[in-house]
Amino acid sequence: MDKAIKKSYIINFSAVFLLWLLFYCGQQFGFISNYLIGIIINSCIMIIMATSLNIVAGFLGEMALGHAGLMAIGAYTGAVVSGWLLDAVSLPHIVVLVLASLAGGLLAAGIGALISLPSMRLRGDYLGIVTIGFAEIIRIFFINFEPTGAANGMTGIKRLTTMSNSFWIMAIIVALIFTIGKSRYGRAIMSIREDEIASEASGIPTTKYKVLAFALSSFFAGIGGSLYAHYQGYLDPNKFQFNYSIEMFTIVVLGGLGSVTGSIISAIVLTVLPELLRQFSTYRLLVYSLALIVMMIFRPQGIFGRYEFSLSKFMDEMKDKKKDKQKGSAA
Amino acid sequence: MNIFLQQVINGLNAGSIYALVAIGYTMVYGILKLINFAHGEIMMFGAYFAYIAAVFFGWPFYVVILFSGCVTAFLGFLVEFIAYRPLRNAPRLSMLITAIGMSMFLQNLARLIFGADPIVMPKIFPSAIFNIGGIDVSSVTLITIGLSVAMMILLQLFIKNTKQGRAMRAVSENQDAAVLMGIDVNKTISLTFIIGSALGALGGILYSTAYITISPTMGTMPGLKAFIAAVLGGIGSIPGAMLGGFIIGMFETLIKAYISTTWADAIVFALLIIVLVVKPTGILGKNVKEKV
Repeated sequence: MDKAIKKSYIINFSAVFLLWLLFYCGQQFGFISNYLIGIIINSCIMIIMATSLNIVAGFLGEMALGHAGLMAIGAYTGAVVSGWLLDAVSLPHIVVLVLASLAGGLLAAGIGALISLPSMRLRGDYLGIVTIGFAEIIRIFFINFEPTGAANGMTGIKRLTTMSNSFWIMAIIVALIFTIGKSRYGRAIMSIREDEIASEASGIPTTKYKVLAFALSSFFAGIGGSLYAHYQGYLDPNKFQFNYSIEMFTIVVLGGLGSVTGSIISAIVLTVLPELLRQFSTYRLLVYSLALIVMMIFRPQGIFGRYEFSLSKFMDEMKDKKKDKQKGSAA
Repeated sequence: MNIFLQQVINGLNAGSIYALVAIGYTMVYGILKLINFAHGEIMMFGAYFAYIAAVFFGWPFYVVILFSGCVTAFLGFLVEFIAYRPLRNAPRLSMLITAIGMSMFLQNLARLIFGADPIVMPKIFPSAIFNIGGIDVSSVTLITIGLSVAMMILLQLFIKNTKQGRAMRAVSENQDAAVLMGIDVNKTISLTFIIGSALGALGGILYSTAYITISPTMGTMPGLKAFIAAVLGGIGSIPGAMLGGFIIGMFETLIKAYISTTWADAIVFALLIIVLVVKPTGILGKNVKEKV
């Protein structure tokens, strides 16, 4: 393995680990309140949703406005599977959560691949409409589906999601999305965004990669949904409305389409900001929407654009600056 | 048979409202290539303005419609002027996000001004029930269908025969060429928003009289369905939007009556997906060949 890559892995892993340690100690010693822990878990779920949506919206460049539907599939499947597992066998909670989330993710991936099939004929806004349509059909399905409580919602889901497991699942998913983005697959998907015809002419099976991008994105969305279900302990089908999909899409665009770090920052900001504005709750959404409009007028490419923040690169730059300064003082 | 005809009339009623709102979507899309998500909220404001005119001023229904149409048209103009005009040369996606932001903003503004609770729309139209060939038709239904169809005919005449209408068609065809022909593009776009919003206001008034209540979130679902109607008919085409509106309204009503009320929306969405997969540009949309 390349030395520089190894170094950056170590730096990033230790940064994530230190962050987790901070949260963990905070929770153990009580200087981070349960309310804050809740915000951290919500941020983790939102980061999973935003980065996974970024695969389709950012890497593939298609308008996907139905992410909440895929999340709903993951959430309901995860909840049902964990219910079975807890009844049938006695496994540690973390194993149950992982198995349930994987099941939710896989089913969501299947549905996601199905949604991507019309994308062979449709592009842009029309595809956006199809994804809205699919998400609404999914929502209406759960409103009418009796075994999961229909319109009353699903109750009695074991609350398995904790700060630590949601944090680590989030970290693993983000790392995976990063590596996918840098891999051969990621480059092929991005080439479709740049120019579909040119990439097809270069021998890239565009259909295969489109379906792959949709399936991957849905898989992670399903896992996010499952974490959400096991955190809330209750599922309301109307949570997964069109507006919720729009909210996730907005997070991705604000962070910068195609920038994973941008999605992460934006997901955190847009989860924390409404909490901070809670005391002005009547004006909260007004300010939030105005911020969105102003942001688009003055910085339409989002906070990060396509730029990726990298800790190891940042440290190298700091070192260079220090060296420059030393040189400057020596001279 | 009578029940079926009754449902057909209900379908026409719903369809004409969707068609009115869909026209606003399709006109803006034709010119700016923008899904104007705020249009559903424009429709909601139209209903609120009508409520103010009817309850506080007690005006007769034609003044109510005129008042609400004018004020809402001005609101539509403002939305375009403040939020969309600075982004004329920005990527399409940022305009889309701005439209989403605008939709949220208007919805919460309405919540702040009028309160979050639904209010009851007064009966602004003279009500009577006519019996035509064994079918009961209320005057509200007749007025809804009549007004919408009249507006659509007027709009078609306007687009086809006047100078401004020609300018609108020219801008939606090719913006740069339209500038070279001496057309003021900004003015034409403003006009598009004014007409679209006025029609949206009428849609909102008719929708709220049909469903009796007004609330800040009332615009979302009919807005989405009207947009789907516009896509179904072929977005950018005004006759397409009308056709799409009537098709969606008719299907929705008939499915609710004969198949299932709870599944109606899902079936409508499924139909839309099937139509789009079979004919990606909608029913009356032009097929644009992709050039390499």
